[in-house]
Amino acid sequence: MNTGRPVMSDARTDKTLSVTDEEIIARAQEVDETTLEDLDTEPLYINVGPTHPATHGTFRIFCKINGETIERAAVEVGYLHRGFEKIVETKQYTQVIPYTDRLNYCSSLVNNVGFCKAVERMLGVQITPRTEIIRVIVCEIQRIMDHMICVGANLVDIGALTNFWYFFNAREQLNNLLEALTGARLTYTYVRVGGLAWDLPEGFEDRVKAVLSEVPKAIADVSGLVRRNRIFVDRCRDIGVMSAEDAVSYGFTGPCLRASGVDFDLRKKRPYYHYDEFDFDVPLGEHGDCYDRIFVRVEEMKQSLRIVEQALKILPGGPINIDDKDIMLPPKEDVHNSMEALINHFKLIIEGIQPPAGEIYDAIEAPNGELGFYIVSDGSQHPYRIKCRPPCFYTMNALKKMIQGGMMADIVAILGGLNIIAGELDR
Amino acid sequence: MTHNEKQKLEELLTAVEQRVPGAIEGSERPYDDLVILVKRAQCHEVLKFFREQGFDLLSDIAGVDLLGVEHKDRFQLVYILYSIANDLRLRVKVNVPEDDMNVPSVSDIWHSANWAEREAYDMFGFHFEGHPNLSRILCHSEFEGHALRKDYPIMKGQWATTSTDLMSHLEEE
Amino acid sequence: MGVKGTTVTKAETGVVTTRMDEVIKWGRKNSLWPLPFGTACCAIEFMGVVSAEFDISRFGAELVRFSPRQSDMIIVAGTINYKMGPILKRIYDQVCEPKYVVSMGACACSGGFYDNYATIQGINQIIPVDVFIPGCPPRPEAVLDAILKLQQKIDRTPAR
Repeated sequence: MNTGRPVMSDARTDKTLSVTDEEIIARAQEVDETTLEDLDTEPLYINVGPTHPATHGTFRIFCKINGETIERAAVEVGYLHRGFEKIVETKQYTQVIPYTDRLNYCSSLVNNVGFCKAVERMLGVQITPRTEIIRVIVCEIQRIMDHMICVGANLVDIGALTNFWYFFNAREQLNNLLEALTGARLTYTYVRVGGLAWDLPEGFEDRVKAVLSEVPKAIADVSGLVRRNRIFVDRCRDIGVMSAEDAVSYGFTGPCLRASGVDFDLRKKRPYYHYDEFDFDVPLGEHGDCYDRIFVRVEEMKQSLRIVEQALKILPGGPINIDDKDIMLPPKEDVHNSMEALINHFKLIIEGIQPPAGEIYDAIEAPNGELGFYIVSDGSQHPYRIKCRPPCFYTMNALKKMIQGGMMADIVAILGGLNIIAGELDR
Repeated sequence: MTHNEKQKLEELLTAVEQRVPGAIEGSERPYDDLVILVKRAQCHEVLKFFREQGFDLLSDIAGVDLLGVEHKDRFQLVYILYSIANDLRLRVKVNVPEDDMNVPSVSDIWHSANWAEREAYDMFGFHFEGHPNLSRILCHSEFEGHALRKDYPIMKGQWATTSTDLMSHLEEE
Repeated sequence: MGVKGTTVTKAETGVVTTRMDEVIKWGRKNSLWPLPFGTACCAIEFMGVVSAEFDISRFGAELVRFSPRQSDMIIVAGTINYKMGPILKRIYDQVCEPKYVVSMGACACSGGFYDNYATIQGINQIIPVDVFIPGCPPRPEAVLDAILKLQQKIDRTPAR
């Protein structure tokens, strides 16, 4: 093998090949603007998606690129449009809950809560204190899980695979926890209008405490690996910057808006389920770039841990469902043993929940931002119109602005941080 | 909702009546929210006024088809506004008749209106005047009709043969 | 070795004789390279199938490829709507022969509970499907079972 002359060392000693920095600068200055324009820079049109491994969902980015720079871009969505808003018009209110699961399938329970809360407000019912706190607990666990997928996947896209496994390990344990509670791994359908499907299983509080003690370790591992990592910082700092003003105008909500430094969190601004009584902070970013969006999420996970801890301490006893035969099904043992309960059961199944005619807009703070439901009722058992306000639809709107002028490779870094979930994007 | 918020919203209502006289058709207060009905011709002016009054977040635009319901016009557009600084929520409603579905676009006031209006166009067929790129967003480009209209059959699927040509979308600002 | 029709002629020399057909099938079924055509919730479950706890690599199908040219099994995980239809067809056409399709989840199999204008009522309307997995979403074990079923199917059909 080593019979020839060593090429590399020869080349380095060759005077003609060695160029000093000064010479490079001098040569670069010789190249004027006209020469640059003469270079072969025909624009190239390229599709990213609809099935691209780094898009985490189905949408298409059509780019006009010049070299590695994106000159213009067009974003197309709708590849997972499955007619949510049309089909729920033919369903009863209770039957809508499974459909809400599949909006943001990384945090299904939060969607359940959002929808049920809107319908409960329409019906004018007050759910029991125990249910309120249980809803807080499951929502915050889901927030942690959602952020884990978002941050983990974002880091994979920019080349940091290990972090994904750190998060996925912890997430799998949280998943087991919710599976014990709801019986499903992804689409839980646990919340009901007026209450919950069933109470917490035995020993659930202790399991939560045990599992949650694992989460800070995962967070510490990940942020230890990336927070000051040169490659990560270079890929994320000052990439995809949104100013506070632009972010609001584009309809950003949730972590993406807070990364731009706007203090807007519905849990603080319009407290529901006693969020105002919990002690937690709203982390804010400064620059509104990829780096901030990731670390706002990481900080939010820590705050969610705090909320769950406090909620477990104050979790009251008592019933989980309201006592209203027009809304909640009677307990099964009554249905089997009493005529009246049986009639109630049949009546509610056939006639459904019937909110009074009117309209309502109600929103909660989902992991991605403001998840709102605008519901129009005509007084019948079927909703007349449900408009879902998905948080990432509006973040996606701004993607065009964020990637134009940047590099091709920045697309994946920006996309991951926005946490676009196709289910709620296209509904 | 606190008493203070209610008062602020009522003050806004009187202010907008003075600023754009004759634009307000009425107001409703379902579930403590304030809903203002605005005439279609002046809705851009009114919404711009609200933007100046601090309603910097356009949460959503929802179309409603009122086919078969006792109502003046068939369609309704609902603008859901929120003011981050003052923590106020407000809905602005515009009635749109079936035979003339032109509505002034508010995409020059809020960026978020761009896609929200495209969705309302796709699903109901509202025509937003002055929109930079009014094209289908959720359904494919070969789709005929508007899916969320009450008279669109729910099971009527339409096959697509190609994907949308996005060349013209590139130049949109 | 698990190859059908194997006869060991001389055990001490280590010579094995079998039919070409069987060797090819044995190779194919134990090295399926999946292309995850993930669109919705099922894709998240598919991530679970690939990761350590369920470990699809026990069945030789862990080499997830995102290019149709490099894979021979499409796993359609999630709802396919009319807008996505032509794209799925195009991707299917690009996969090299012999190719297999696994339809994961209720939506891909039949449209699931989205029986409406937007959703294709079963991807078998546009591409041929080898194995259907019911469930919304299916459990990871069900996906592993589907891979075993597909292996049996490959075993049954003569190799070309």
